[in-house]
Order: sequence, then C-alpha cells, then structure tokens
Amino acid sequence: MENELKVPTMAELFAAGQQPEVLFWVGCAGSFDDRAKKITKAFVKILNKANVSFAVLGTEESCTGDPAKRAGNEFLFQMQAVTNIEVLNAYEVKKVVTACPHCFNTLKNEYPGLGGNYEVVHHTQFLKQLLEEGRISVEGGQFKGKKITFHDPCYLGRANNVYEAPRDLIRKLDAELVEMKNCKKRGLCCGAGGAQMFKEPEKGKKDINVERTEQALETQPDIIAAGCPFCNTMLTDGVKNKEKESSVAVMDIAELIAMAEDL
Amino acid sequence: MDYIPNIIFAIILFAGIGFFARNVKKLSRNIKLGKEVDTSDNKSQRWNNMFRIALGQTKMVVRPIPGILHIIVYLGFIIINIEVLEIIIDGLFGTHRIFSFFGGFYSFLIGSFEILALLVIIAVVIFWIRRNVIKLRRFLNPEMSGWPKKDGNLILYIELVLMVLFLTMNAADYQLQQMDAAHYTKAGAFPVSQFIAPLFQEMSMSVIIMIERSAWWLHIVGILLFLNYLYYSKHLHILLAFPNTYFGKLKPKGQFENLEAVTKEVRLMMDPSADPFAAPDENAPIPEKFGASDVMDLKWVQLLNAYTCTECGRCTSECPANLTGKKLSPRKIMMDTRDRLEEVGKNIDTNKGEFVPDGKQLLGDYISHEELWACTSCNACVEACPVSIDPLSIIMDMRQYLVMEQSAAPSDLNNMMGNIENNGAPWPFNQMDRLNWSKES
Repeated sequence: MENELKVPTMAELFAAGQQPEVLFWVGCAGSFDDRAKKITKAFVKILNKANVSFAVLGTEESCTGDPAKRAGNEFLFQMQAVTNIEVLNAYEVKKVVTACPHCFNTLKNEYPGLGGNYEVVHHTQFLKQLLEEGRISVEGGQFKGKKITFHDPCYLGRANNVYEAPRDLIRKLDAELVEMKNCKKRGLCCGAGGAQMFKEPEKGKKDINVERTEQALETQPDIIAAGCPFCNTMLTDGVKNKEKESSVAVMDIAELIAMAEDL
Repeated sequence: MDYIPNIIFAIILFAGIGFFARNVKKLSRNIKLGKEVDTSDNKSQRWNNMFRIALGQTKMVVRPIPGILHIIVYLGFIIINIEVLEIIIDGLFGTHRIFSFFGGFYSFLIGSFEILALLVIIAVVIFWIRRNVIKLRRFLNPEMSGWPKKDGNLILYIELVLMVLFLTMNAADYQLQQMDAAHYTKAGAFPVSQFIAPLFQEMSMSVIIMIERSAWWLHIVGILLFLNYLYYSKHLHILLAFPNTYFGKLKPKGQFENLEAVTKEVRLMMDPSADPFAAPDENAPIPEKFGASDVMDLKWVQLLNAYTCTECGRCTSECPANLTGKKLSPRKIMMDTRDRLEEVGKNIDTNKGEFVPDGKQLLGDYISHEELWACTSCNACVEACPVSIDPLSIIMDMRQYLVMEQSAAPSDLNNMMGNIENNGAPWPFNQMDRLNWSKES
C-alpha cells in the first residue's frame, strides 16, 4: 500500500510556530490537472523520503499570473502577483521550489520588482541538490539501457539558462541520454507557452506539439522526459497523435526519480 | 589645372559624407520617437556584450557555414577599409600610395588586403548562390518578396564590384610599376592581382593608367555610394549592430518588464485607505496608454532593433509558430516596425517636423492580430538573433494594447483570464479544492 503523503501547509506550520526549509509552490496545473497532479505527488514522495522540511500554501495559493501576463493582461498579472506576494511575505518565505517553469520564471524574475524577493529554484535543481547532499540516492537499475530524451521547457532553458540540472538527473539514472536535433538553447517549444495552452492554435499547417514530438521520436526514445506540466500535456498529446503511446512514455523528471527510488 | 582632380575628389568626398550625416541625423530622430528607457546600468556588461556579439561575431557561428562566410566578408570590409584612408589622403593631396614608405609592412598590408578581397569575392558568390540557386527557406518567406529580395542581391553585387575594382586597380598599378611608369612608385605586394596584371601586358602605358585611374575613382565613389545606400537598405546593421548589442536586453530572457503605470493603479486598488469615492484630480495627467499600437508607443531600443535588422531570418527559421505554417514571422515584425517608422519619419519631414495623423498604425495596417496571437513567447527568435534584437518584446507590447486598451483577446483567453480573476486558476476549479490532490491516491 502506498504511504500517505505528508503535505503540511504553511498555515499549519505557522500555527505551530515552525518555519519550513522551503515552500513548495504547486501551481495551478500541479493542483488541478490530472496528469500534473501525478508529478506533484511524485515530487512530494521524494521530499517526504528525504525528510525535507517543506510546506505548501494549499488553498492560499493562487495563479502566479503568468498566463495573464503573456496574454497581455498586465493588470490581472499584477493583481495576482501582489496578492501572492502578500501571502508569501506574511509567512516570511525565503526559498521556493516549484515543478512548473512558468511559475518558476514569474516568481524568480517578475515578483522581485513588485516586492517579492525569494530564492526560487526549479524542482530539477532542487532534486539535483538533494542528490549531491546525499539526502536521496538513486539506483538506476530499472532505467539501465533505456533511451531517454529531454525536452527543454522554454521558460526553464532559454528563459533562465537551466539546461544541466535535469540532464544530470537523467544521467544518474544510468539511462542513455539522447538529444533531439533541437535542444538546449535551440530547443523547440512544445507550443503551450505565451498562453497558447488556453487557446486554439492559429491557422497553420501543423500543430507545434506534433512537430516537437516528431523531433523527440526521431531519437527513438523509450521515455520523453519533461520538466514542465504544460510541455508534458503537449508532448503526451503529440505521442498519442503519432500513435506511439504504447511504446513511448512522457514523464516528468520527478516521476523518473520517484520510480528509481521505488516510491 | 593640376588641382582639378583634387578639388573634384574633395567635393565628392564631402558630399558623400555630408549626405550620409544627414541620413544619420534622420535615423537618430526617428529612433528617438520611441519612449525613453534607462540604459545607463551595467556598463561593463554592455561593453562586453558589444565586443563579444558584434565585434567578435560569436552568435554568427551558431550556424557555421554562413557564420564563417560572414566573418570573412566582415573582416574583409573592416581591414580593407584601412586602404580607404590611403585613398582619401592620395585623393585630397594628389599623392600616390602615400603609405608606401612603410616598406615591408606596406607590402604585407596590401598583400593581406588582396587575399581578403579574393576571399570576400568567394564568400559573396556563395551567399548569392544560397539566396538564388539553393533558395534557402529563410530567404523565401512571404515578407522577402519584392524590395527585400532585390536589396539582398544588390548588396552582394555592390560588394562584388567594389572588390573587383580594388583588385583591378592594384593589377594595373602593379603592371605600371613593372613598366617603370613615372609617379607609380614600386610598392606593395600583389599576391592576387599579379595574376590579373598579364591581361594589361599588351596595352600601352596610357591605357593602363586610364584603367588604373578609372578603377581607383570608381572604387572610392562606389564606397561613398554604398555608404549612402545603407540608410535605404537592410544593410544598416554593419553600423547599428554595435549600439544594438550594447543596448540589448541584459535580464533573463524570461523576465518581461512589469508595467509601472499598472503597478500604480494596482497599488491604489489594493490600498485600504484609498477613498473609493474620491473625485478625480482635475489636473491629473492623462493616463498612459497601455501597450503599443504604433511605433511611437514602443521604446527607442525597440526602434533601434528595427533599423538594425538585416533580414537574415534566423529568428523566423527558429520560430515554432512559423515552422508549423502560422502567419507569424519575427523578422516580419521587425521589418514592419522599421517600415512604419520610416513612414512616420517621412510624414514628419513633409509636415515640417510635426507628425500629422495618417489614419494608419503599426497594429492592423502592418501587423495583424493573427500574427500576434500565434506567438508562444518561447524566446527562440531572441536567442537566434546574432545582433540582440528582441522581436518578442514588440509582440508582447502589442498584445498588451489589444487586451488592456481594446479588450480584443481571443475568447478562449478571455475565459482563461476570467477564471484567474474568479478562482485564481486558469481553469474553472474552486480555489478551496487546491489541495485536494494530497488526499487522492
């Protein structure tokens, strides 16, 4: 049987006079999207296993405002930002980890100008650090000989120059890391950014996620690894479109680590 | 009578430089139509970027073939232009090869110029083949038909002709030196043009002198014409790449600016002590327009970006929207911005320094809504640009205008934004259910 997840909230810890090491910003996708919730749970399992003192905001969390800002609604973005910053500052949050590169980018880069100054890390950076500090150990056994290709999320890679943390984690799995023809700085977008996730694509000859999935499939991977809940959705749809869902899995790095740890 | 060529030369030189200065003034006036932006920060990093990206061409070699060819042409033009200094002195004072007293070093210089000139010719021919025979996709996008295509080829032809004139001039000079012609001091090394010189062997000295003089004059007049062609062409990048990389974005690419005007409004809305019934201040300045619908709403760096663009299309060829057949092309965004800015500039010229509304604007008349809504804000275009142009910032500014001034977002996005407003998530889920995942197995 699965162990029950320990998910303390900031409110609970605050009431008990405690301050966690890090706030886990779950994000809207991580909270509500069925696929992304699995990523959230996998990450929490790792945090629990490593005895990381963390907390979530729970019902006090709200959209960072990223999709509103990229859609051009600066008002809505700043309303969201200011509200969130009030909550975060009230809890005296110092460090934030999130599994969503859009939340990561917004919290890290766009909140400081509005009064929210935190150390913000992506969950792949956080996991890498846990590994380096020996707080988790990864046995790569079940991934041995598997081909994994990593899709760079735009808001993690190009936007913030984080390319190596997710790759280092994949290498730790003893898997063969294969690169797509467009990777790292020249990685191709999955098609979800800039609020595209929430609208129909404009007229064209192809969907972007299909184009990207084709690039991923060219590497003949067993697993397409992602580090973003939106990329995950887009690539999962792309793999279905190519009728490859029985042979190729789209998985988040956190899920891979959790699997390797038998969590 | 002996001074007539010198006087003619001086007139041509000053006319060429004067006309160019006039265009530079116009250019700078047009760029200053943009909004003020503070670029006084991080000077050392800015210089560093300029040296690395513009002078060092580091981003050109991301694509090795055009990158290396470009470096050849770039070095060729910079280094061969040392020769122009000599030509100007000779032209003004009636001397011939004034620097020849450097002796061995002079031979080394002329020799290197010749080899570079030959390499430039080879590179230019390959560039022409890439555009017109191989027909690379990025040179065939819809925005490249008409003038932009002609402009691209014209530049190659001019460069080719200038290099051929330079070598012809040297070849004739070399031949005259062999013939001990008066005035033609024995100086220089001619590793390339010595193979052209035999063509002149049968000719009389006066004909060769005529060829040498013609090539000399056409070469310098050609350079001055080319200088003045820049303003009317995409080729301005040879100058503007330097300031453009200096003023380029320093923050992480994912960081979009927070609009200050909005911050003020939001603070006021969130301020519990603000009087909701307060009468508006009669003298309050008219609130700033949100976002951009025309070039004057953009920042001056964005307008500098537009003039710097040399239409190479690396941005468009990396754009996920363009690659999948959408209308958006980041290069077209830059070209449209420049063309509209030129139109506004001409409007100001004809109306004695005052812009008279012409019923047109960048949004709609140049850039369509469809293009703007196709962008995924992935920054591939920004990363691809070898001279730090940021097409994404213009797209985002125009989206802001569409949404905040016109409420003209696609309906799907209005639903998404309504959800964020109502329940703090882009989907219609209850905020109170945000932690439900922790209880689901």
